[in-house]
Amino acid sequence: MHQEAAIREPLVLGEKTYGQITDDVLAPVVGKASRSWWIVFGISLVMALWGIGCILHLLGTGIGTWGLNKTVGWAWDITNFVWWVGIGHAGTLISAVLLLFRQKWRMAINRSAEAMTIFAVMMAAVWPAIHMGRIWLAYFVFPLPNQFGSLWVNFNSPLLWDVFAISTYFSVSLVFWYIGLIPDFATIRDKVTQAVPKKIYSLLSFGWTGNAKAWNRFEEISLVLAGLATPLVFSVHSIVSMDFATSVIPGWHTTIFPPYFVSGAVFSGFAMVLTLLIIMRKVMNLESYITIKHIEYMNIVIIVTGSIVGVAYLTELFISWYSGVEYESYAFINRATGPYWWAYWAMMTCNVISPQVFWFKKLRTNIMFTFFMSIVVNIGMWFERFVIIVTSLHRDYLPSSWTMFHPTYVDIGCFIGTIGIFFVLFLLFARFFPVLPLNELKTILKSSGEQYKKIDE
Amino acid sequence: MANKIIYATYDDDMVLLEGAKKLVAKGIHINDVFSPFPIHGIDPVIGIKQTRLAICGFIYGLIGLSLALYGMYYFMIYDWPMNIGGKPIDYFYQNIPAFVPISFEFTVLLAAHGMALTYFIRNWTLPGIKARNPYPYTTNDKFVMEIHPEDSDVSIEELTKQLNETGSIKVEER
Repeated sequence: MHQEAAIREPLVLGEKTYGQITDDVLAPVVGKASRSWWIVFGISLVMALWGIGCILHLLGTGIGTWGLNKTVGWAWDITNFVWWVGIGHAGTLISAVLLLFRQKWRMAINRSAEAMTIFAVMMAAVWPAIHMGRIWLAYFVFPLPNQFGSLWVNFNSPLLWDVFAISTYFSVSLVFWYIGLIPDFATIRDKVTQAVPKKIYSLLSFGWTGNAKAWNRFEEISLVLAGLATPLVFSVHSIVSMDFATSVIPGWHTTIFPPYFVSGAVFSGFAMVLTLLIIMRKVMNLESYITIKHIEYMNIVIIVTGSIVGVAYLTELFISWYSGVEYESYAFINRATGPYWWAYWAMMTCNVISPQVFWFKKLRTNIMFTFFMSIVVNIGMWFERFVIIVTSLHRDYLPSSWTMFHPTYVDIGCFIGTIGIFFVLFLLFARFFPVLPLNELKTILKSSGEQYKKIDE
Repeated sequence: MANKIIYATYDDDMVLLEGAKKLVAKGIHINDVFSPFPIHGIDPVIGIKQTRLAICGFIYGLIGLSLALYGMYYFMIYDWPMNIGGKPIDYFYQNIPAFVPISFEFTVLLAAHGMALTYFIRNWTLPGIKARNPYPYTTNDKFVMEIHPEDSDVSIEELTKQLNETGSIKVEER
């Protein structure tokens, strides 16, 4: 059996047996929903319904209901798209990259992080679809045989690369997540006694049996899918960044974008994972599995990626001056000192300065403080995309068309709506799905469980 | 002996693994093992070969790559070349750098989904299929060995005795 150093902190606290892990994780699935679950679910549902109403109004009337104008043609729509895609990067990073690096601490968090990824990518996909205006023509983005004179989509365009990247990322993440869920659905199937849930979980578990050959294949496919998903994580946000980097707009046209966007995505994704898990471990009594150590590890990832993002901001700023291109320089001077200075400095404070406090061990192991910081990072990363998109556009080459962007209630409503739908989906996941990967947690119990570590000493 | 099957239950994966090694050394063939999670090291003991799923994945990936490259050649170079900002459209090789992202994405798409489908079919896990684990607890915290006595030419009494010696908590014949 794999041995682990005794000084390494245990990942499963308390005296747990295999059966107890099952009982602890499945308690919310087998039991009734708590009152706090219903309250949060109700609020999210109201937000979701308002958002759906705004989206329907938008589709019925046209994107003129947003605050866009001739100069600022992309604003909250693409800001929200990039924000959600970024959030959707942590899940696959945790489950795939950390699996390849054999990081066992990922096992307590990967299932919910992947769920978050899938829901976030769904919310991201809403934005490009509705910003087309005429959503019923959205099938134009696919290379389908047609009668418009063999009009094919443009394979040289990053916007089309994005279509392929996002759909591949979404479907591969979904399959990866579901393959891991099947054995755990089987556990629920064999555990519940009521007829209807048993039927549903037995359908969801695909008749999983758990014999030796099936586990052999399971481990192989998990490893290979992780290997495939790892470059995918990096490619998706690189391609998103190329939507900007390949267009000739000062402030967008920079080669630093792909690595800068990828680290920003991981940064914001981990922040969202922390926001969700800090609440979830408390409400669902999972403190023995999602420990302070896990939170500390995630905070370390936040310092690293936050610092990379900070270096990218400063490099970008320096190069805008060093390049000698006056339009490029102006775009950056305008960001920091123009009418949107507050957005720029909100971004700088939230993303670059504030994560540095995690160098203090006291702060990165403090749960309340981490929760507060995760919200700050989420806000900061939203502002990053807003700054990149709106401040680069609002003062273009022709001063007579300089303008500001003012969001309408439909802009705000659609954004709040995607947050609502996201939380509705996540809460349903937390209520009906195994939120920790049971089968993987059980494999590390003997090497990383607290009571087994004591025996070894 | 009308093809009885013996199921021996263990409450620890390591006890089962050690027991399996002893039984196999005595010439008893273990037909299958059911467990709530993968028991590392059991496959060579009970004679399970490493799966070839990864090779399938590689082949699906190659198919994806060829389809993507052929498709882009057909759309962009052969069928309807479009002059977009003066980008090269005459020859495929000139246009390849712009085709790299989609070639990669499509390779991954086909490799992942092809592998997943193969995995579901080979495991025979698809919606609506009935589970075949002998006891419901094998997906929770117990581990079960399945032995067909006629395969190893041993009497049920002798087998039961040996299984109990390896630390099995319950031996049942069906």
